[in-house]
Amino acid sequence: MDKVPEILIYGYGNPGRQDDGLGIFLSEKIDNWIKEENILSVKVDYNYQLNIEDALEIADKNLVIFIDASKEEINDYYLTKVKPSDRLEFTTHTVSPSYLLNLCKVIYNKTPDIYLLHIKGYKWEFLEEMTEDAKNNLSKAYDFLKEFIVNNKNYINNTS
Amino acid sequence: MGQKITIDPVTRVEGHGKVTIYMDNDGNIEQTRLHIVEFRGFERFTQGRPYWEAPVLVQRLCGICPVSHHLAAAKAMDVIVGAGTGEGLTPTGEKMRRLMHYGQIFQSHTLHFFHLASPDLLFGVDADPLKRNIIGVTIENKELAVQGVLMRKYGQEVIKATAGKKIHGTGAIPGGINKHLSTEDKEYLLNGLEPMNINKMIEWSQAALDFFHEYHSKNKDLIDNFSVFPSSSLSLVRKDGALDLYHGVLRAVNAEGKTILHDIDYQEYYKYIDEEVRSWSYMKFPYLKELGKNAGWYMVGPLARMNTAEFIDTPVAQKEFLRFKAYTKGKPNNMSMHMHWARLIEILHSAEMIKQLLNDPDILKGELLTKGQKQLEGVGLIEAPRGTLFHHYKINENDQIVMANLIVSTTNNNQPMNEAVNFVANKVMKGKLKITEGMMNAVEVAIRAYDPCLSCATHALGQMPLEISLYNVNNELIDLKRSY
Repeated sequence: MDKVPEILIYGYGNPGRQDDGLGIFLSEKIDNWIKEENILSVKVDYNYQLNIEDALEIADKNLVIFIDASKEEINDYYLTKVKPSDRLEFTTHTVSPSYLLNLCKVIYNKTPDIYLLHIKGYKWEFLEEMTEDAKNNLSKAYDFLKEFIVNNKNYINNTS
Repeated sequence: MGQKITIDPVTRVEGHGKVTIYMDNDGNIEQTRLHIVEFRGFERFTQGRPYWEAPVLVQRLCGICPVSHHLAAAKAMDVIVGAGTGEGLTPTGEKMRRLMHYGQIFQSHTLHFFHLASPDLLFGVDADPLKRNIIGVTIENKELAVQGVLMRKYGQEVIKATAGKKIHGTGAIPGGINKHLSTEDKEYLLNGLEPMNINKMIEWSQAALDFFHEYHSKNKDLIDNFSVFPSSSLSLVRKDGALDLYHGVLRAVNAEGKTILHDIDYQEYYKYIDEEVRSWSYMKFPYLKELGKNAGWYMVGPLARMNTAEFIDTPVAQKEFLRFKAYTKGKPNNMSMHMHWARLIEILHSAEMIKQLLNDPDILKGELLTKGQKQLEGVGLIEAPRGTLFHHYKINENDQIVMANLIVSTTNNNQPMNEAVNFVANKVMKGKLKITEGMMNAVEVAIRAYDPCLSCATHALGQMPLEISLYNVNNELIDLKRSY
């Protein structure tokens, strides 16, 4: 039987601004799938932004996968390993995964393995409907993430 | 040689603020402007939608204070469903909403103080930006940083217990609230395992004030003189003059303390307040009609609220309020860095209010909703963390929203932020031909005291760093600085 959740899937973004909601929509889909599959080692969460209290959320996890919409020049989606960073943001209103990892390290002395799943988005207006291209990317990222979870559901982090 | 300096704090995909400073040939500051270069157009977002969807829809406007928009829209919809303006709700409806709201104020103010203000205070505004953040605070003062994270977490737990899911919060509905607080949530928030309980939150709120006072005593020049200019203040106050962040009448006082807006019913705010459009910014400039465009501007937010309120009705915060008022001999306080002090007082007040509400039996039982005669128009106001937030809606006979006008807190603070930039630029940039890190941060600190929300609802990857460009009189780039 799977253990208590040690893997966190965490999407963030704004579903009221078209493709910015990609992280939220994928998290919701994955959450439903995880419940259907009864995978107990994975927890799913989502929010508008990452913020400092999320350092607490990731501190007791072995593996964390953040999901965010991306404006980068990529085809559809890609996964990157997150490294700690102390880059300062201008406002209080968001922190990056790498900043969060660094905060977790200095506060709790924990360094979960963190990945960021970038999903290409195209439009960001105040609308609740995603673009068709973003929906296609979401579908591809969903298949990828399911497979990733299956392969890593008993993930052991040897470094934390 | 005349110069144009541009500070470009791009933090979101589309929306960002840009500061432009014009110098004459002698290096004197001729003009400063804080531009908002994104047109948000969020009023259109709600048009055509059924009115009862508004409290959920408007949360999409702001990823950092969705609760404020949620409650302001719900208050407007209370009017539309005939439930009155604030006083019309059932005791349970009002108290559950207040609990949600004080949770929001607590977590938002905590974030600002620990994440942004405390690094500036611990390391100074001209310190290396790689050190001047909460990670630097953790290394320097781990206890303070841990408290900041856990206080944020506690505020989020209050919101979760009252509003539900983070993204799809549905607690407030037109005419009231959709549930009682569960006894489990009450017990968890009131008497949870250390440190996650309300008594610890009150203790830490007081400790944060102690930290500020100690710093203030050693750095009076920075805190008292960094950015000071005369300003009017506007906020809701309770009818008896008490600080009230959820409901009240609208009051404004000028820089000398004279009342210039006399406790009006905010349903008629548009008779007293107008918004000016200026060609160089998408953000409008609100002002009191009676005083006109030039003299009628005002600030909102924690400092303004301390200036308009006569007292605070929670005991520990009231003691601090008296100390705050005594510092300026009862006159309005226009020292921008005292915004941090005011914010800390409100953190303490919110914690005390949360405790009071958790101990109130009305949150566990009682009627949730009020119904009445439907109206076609309603206004909802709330004191959001950053200041007074206006939501105004009209609906048609088919229950669809046909008009929405929102004046968000940051818009209300548009002119004060411009004044702050002007003050600081004159102080640190006059006669300088190069932009230093310290200059950049000084301007940022002046703006950040207002905790502006320029476009916090969208944040996709690919954002740009902070950038300052320096141009000569011929618009040729002669200096460029980025901070990562």
